[in-house]
Amino acid sequence: MNDSPSLRNRLNEIVRDIPRSGIRDFFDIVSTMKDVISLGIGEPDFDTPWHVRESTVFALERGVTHYTSNLGYLELRNALSRYVRKTFGAEYNPEKEVLITVGVSEALDLALRALLNPGDEVLYHEPCYVSYRATILFAHGRPVEVETRAENGFRLTRAMLEAKVTPRTKVLMLNFPNNPTGAIMSRADLEDIAAFACERDLIVVTDEIYGELTYDTSHTSIVSLPGLRDRTIFLHGFSKAWAMTGFRLGYACGPAELIEAMMKIHQYTMLCASSLSQKAALEALARPESDIAEMVEEYRRRRNFVAAAFTEMGLDCHRPLGAFYAFPSVARWGLPAKEFALRLLREERVAVVPGTAFGACAEGFVRCAYATSMENLKEAMTRLRRFLGRFPKN
Amino acid sequence: MDELLKILQANALESRENIARMLNVSVTEVQQRITDYETRGVIRGYQAILNEDQLDQDKVTAVIEVKVTPQREGGFDTIAERISRFPEVRSAHLMSGTYDLLLFVEGRTLREVAGFVSERLSPLEGVLSTSTHFMLKTYKRFGVLMRQESPDERLTVTP
Repeated sequence: MNDSPSLRNRLNEIVRDIPRSGIRDFFDIVSTMKDVISLGIGEPDFDTPWHVRESTVFALERGVTHYTSNLGYLELRNALSRYVRKTFGAEYNPEKEVLITVGVSEALDLALRALLNPGDEVLYHEPCYVSYRATILFAHGRPVEVETRAENGFRLTRAMLEAKVTPRTKVLMLNFPNNPTGAIMSRADLEDIAAFACERDLIVVTDEIYGELTYDTSHTSIVSLPGLRDRTIFLHGFSKAWAMTGFRLGYACGPAELIEAMMKIHQYTMLCASSLSQKAALEALARPESDIAEMVEEYRRRRNFVAAAFTEMGLDCHRPLGAFYAFPSVARWGLPAKEFALRLLREERVAVVPGTAFGACAEGFVRCAYATSMENLKEAMTRLRRFLGRFPKN
Repeated sequence: MDELLKILQANALESRENIARMLNVSVTEVQQRITDYETRGVIRGYQAILNEDQLDQDKVTAVIEVKVTPQREGGFDTIAERISRFPEVRSAHLMSGTYDLLLFVEGRTLREVAGFVSERLSPLEGVLSTSTHFMLKTYKRFGVLMRQESPDERLTVTP
């Protein structure tokens, strides 16, 4: 590849100025090493349920290899509409209020591009998923980060939003259960946020990809609160709850005008999501409860195990309530998060992701995904304990 | 089912300390509950799950369907328990359908199993007929696939 400054200067300025994901850099280092136990993987270690894989093979044999409607198979949108009503408490018309996308990532990109004019401000909470800031910038929006804090369980409050809102604020982005913190929002927490969104007339874009994965209380979606459905784009997908990351299948539900606008971009850029993945998703929805219940139970055990191990070794960690991440503070060990993660990797071959990959405010934290086998978790905790033991007592 | 039992079913060697961490309870409580299950006979024992096809040993397993006459007192239980006591019978189940008992019988050779069927099982009072199938290969046992799982294909760090 040619790195000459002349070509670099010809790049789109927004793209040129956005750094690569911090995760990507870290991955490049980890992938050169052997015998690493990775707590850095943001995807389930479970296999996609066998009935889903088997029916995908069958669909391939039957020749389901063509374009689908831009919105996606109507059969799938019908099933999704029922699932979202039952699980998240909002009604969507499958004919025009549901759009099947290539993962939640595409859906998020479509939502922001459909909504933003250059300079429109988007409130989003940090630490957050690595793509949010970049996706807002690509859509010519102005990202306005709102810091959440460990002492507050990384929840978002109305006061935090009030401090950052301006007349140019158009969109509020939410992601609970949260990657990377494992935080969730109670119904009461969300009611405050909902009231704020209504008063300020904001569009809410809520990424609920981890919605099925909560361990002590059940999840409340902001779309289920009065008045929110008509100003919210609800994003979800099959990656986490069904362990289908490689299928790249997500969906957006929202008021018809917004879905129509998103569909236009999708139509011209993506055409449709993979037909095979759509068939797989349809099969996944045929028996969601049993598939998910087993995984949730296993994640809960691992969450308990990791939280107990952290406490025993003196690592401060707010209790992770959802997703499959623990987000302990390593500040008292006196190293910046990245340095901590690098030393842990080199000395004990355990990969964790420095909090700074998820926002500058997450300095001093590392993300530990417990989406890995109990055997791996046990070994990782042994190594981590040994690693911390090498630091002088403080 | 109690989560504790699920954990033990998946790995009976799991330490009491780790089980306590997973269930968010004390080690003493874990120990007490296990002892209680053992005393009550809910937990009947602990065994290793072997891939016997990998062992160089002479052994055959037969699955035998047995039709029996239920006894006047004790129904199927009396005859089923009588049959179950033979050490060759590894498991025995009462079934619905065209036969009554399903047995898994082990022996060193085909001849040995055949001998068990013709000389011990069939002559028993109450046994009407048997149908013997020999097992050729095991793919899955007690929920465990016998073929080594393929390695984790996930990237080592993902967002």
